[in-house]
Amino acid sequence: MTGFLGGPPLLSVQDLTIGLRRPGGRSVAIVEGVSFDVDPGQRLGIVGESGSGKSLTLRAIAGLLPRGVEVLSGRVEFDGRDLLTMKAKDRRALMGPQIAMIFQEPMTALNPVTRVGDQIAEGPRRHLGMSAKEAGELAVSMMARTGIPDPARRARAYPHELSGGLRQRIMIAMAVSCGPRLLLCDEPTTALDVTVQLQVLKLLEKLCDDTGASLVFVTHDLAVVNQTCSELAVMYAGHIVEAGRVKETFRQPRHPYTRGLLESAPDFDRPERELIPIPGFPPNVADRPPGCPFAPRCGYVREHCTDAVPPLLEVLPGRLAACYESDRLVEVLV
Amino acid sequence: MSPVSAARTASAETTDTSMLRVSGLTKSYSRGTSLLSRLGSSGPSTLKALDGVDLDLRPGEILALVGESGSGKSTLAKILVGSTTATGGQVFYRGTGALARRDRESSRRVQMVFQDPYSSLNPRLTVGRMLAELLLLHKIVPRSEVRAESVRLLNLVGLEEEVLGAYPSQFSGGQRQRLAIARAIAVRPDVLIADEPVSALDVSVQATILDLFTSLRAELGLSILFIAHNLAVVQHLSDRVAVMYLGRIVEIADTRELFAHPRHPYTRALIDSIPRMREGSVNDAFELDGEPPSPYDVPAGCRFHPRCALASEICRANDPPLLQVRPAHESACLKADELAAIPLPEPPQELP
Repeated sequence: MTGFLGGPPLLSVQDLTIGLRRPGGRSVAIVEGVSFDVDPGQRLGIVGESGSGKSLTLRAIAGLLPRGVEVLSGRVEFDGRDLLTMKAKDRRALMGPQIAMIFQEPMTALNPVTRVGDQIAEGPRRHLGMSAKEAGELAVSMMARTGIPDPARRARAYPHELSGGLRQRIMIAMAVSCGPRLLLCDEPTTALDVTVQLQVLKLLEKLCDDTGASLVFVTHDLAVVNQTCSELAVMYAGHIVEAGRVKETFRQPRHPYTRGLLESAPDFDRPERELIPIPGFPPNVADRPPGCPFAPRCGYVREHCTDAVPPLLEVLPGRLAACYESDRLVEVLV
Repeated sequence: MSPVSAARTASAETTDTSMLRVSGLTKSYSRGTSLLSRLGSSGPSTLKALDGVDLDLRPGEILALVGESGSGKSTLAKILVGSTTATGGQVFYRGTGALARRDRESSRRVQMVFQDPYSSLNPRLTVGRMLAELLLLHKIVPRSEVRAESVRLLNLVGLEEEVLGAYPSQFSGGQRQRLAIARAIAVRPDVLIADEPVSALDVSVQATILDLFTSLRAELGLSILFIAHNLAVVQHLSDRVAVMYLGRIVEIADTRELFAHPRHPYTRALIDSIPRMREGSVNDAFELDGEPPSPYDVPAGCRFHPRCALASEICRANDPPLLQVRPAHESACLKADELAAIPLPEPPQELP
């Protein structure tokens, strides 16, 4: 994917492979050859099931891979600079003012023994050189912006004193306090009730509109992507299998897995539709089947599918799919 | 709704025919009385998890229970399976015997399937041992028939005989949930309580588990209380829906009726908050402000009034009872008629 607007992308992930390095040089790739660009102001949703590698991809961008998992090859360029080869100190300096991350479970991402106002103020003090007083005031105003009622009082609270929705707002206030240009979100609303989810999604949307920040949003919920993002990447077994504009892709998916996801999930607006489960389950990444990783579960499979991994190719203007049989998927799902 | 269940629901108008009925059920928890917990907290010290719940589960129906976290859904489930006791109120089984005493026989009748199939199965028991233990303890079949019965159960949930010797860790999430369901139906219960049974599963396998509930209802005549937060799933699976808010049922109706004619503003807000696959179906009118209030301090009057766009003086003064607002449709809202006048968002246009 190149910059849709013609300018250079803000984030460019190129041929990223993430995995476990085993003693003796043999390594196991969990994410394999993932490439995508995110333009300034663009909102990309990455969907996939558990184990598809969507969260690891996001964490690799943020430099927060779990212990033992590392980037085996590829580049992650932010604003033209490769994050993976720069000094740790330089990379840390980008985290906060340029790139910020929002996690699924705010209770584990917030420091339990520090008042939430102080946690929000820490970034502006460190990165923007604000005094404690200025940063404290900024924290309260950020909390007000994220829709926290009575922010001055709540700033003195500890995380455990707040509800899940408020904690998620605190984390968003913390993430945007230094005005980042790229927001990375890892299932930020999965732990929230549906009414609170809507509030948080609208808040994220508004913050991005106001600041022009780009968004990479990882989730398993297709409807959430539909309401939040403009671009979509579908991951399966460590690969991007389809990418394109959200609405167009949902309307006419060109990869059987994308289609399977759409047909297996209940749609509130079409209660009478029968759900069609995807047979089988995802492969173990250490033991991928030969060829297309989706082939064993695919209804469109033909003999040549197991010969080699299908490349991600443009099948329509602005649409990429990694499927030899993509031309047979022409049906429009309403 | 299948014709069978429609006939069943129609013939189940009187509460005497209900499979399970709760009446005026309450459950409160007190804050700890240790010095530390008294120093650490102020304000009311009693949490009302359930605050007067009346509900009946009809034979052969799938009744969904929806509501925010903290609304009391799981507390109700725990009381029904007997893993905790109610503070007040009663549970009736088949119109007669109260389920107050939890002997082996009454616990057999109501079985539970939990959200997390990873932590709800004993990792040290093979599938065969797990099922055999239950079948023998409850004297479901003589020892000589245990294996045949185990295979029958596995086939019912879509698993094969080969898995008898396997441990839970060898299964995927969806298969584990099948095992948990096999375990629940092994003792031939009348009622299955499923607490968020698909929310920990991947989308592509959710559908198979939902289908399994439908087929078990048809084959075994089970009555199912299905606790869920995903309204698209609820709409797909259930015959009736009960909406809980802060420890009380605030609206209950047949599924189609409830989603087409919501008569409680909270139900309406839930519906309007669902992320949709189509454009133009989201309505801002009923986006909720603020957070759910603390169950330690339930608002006076209507418990929903602080977040309700329609609330007025009478709502602050009166605690509305659950009343019939349309045929087979009850709501606990004093403004139900006013809400009816606000149209639901237009159904999204079909794409050309």
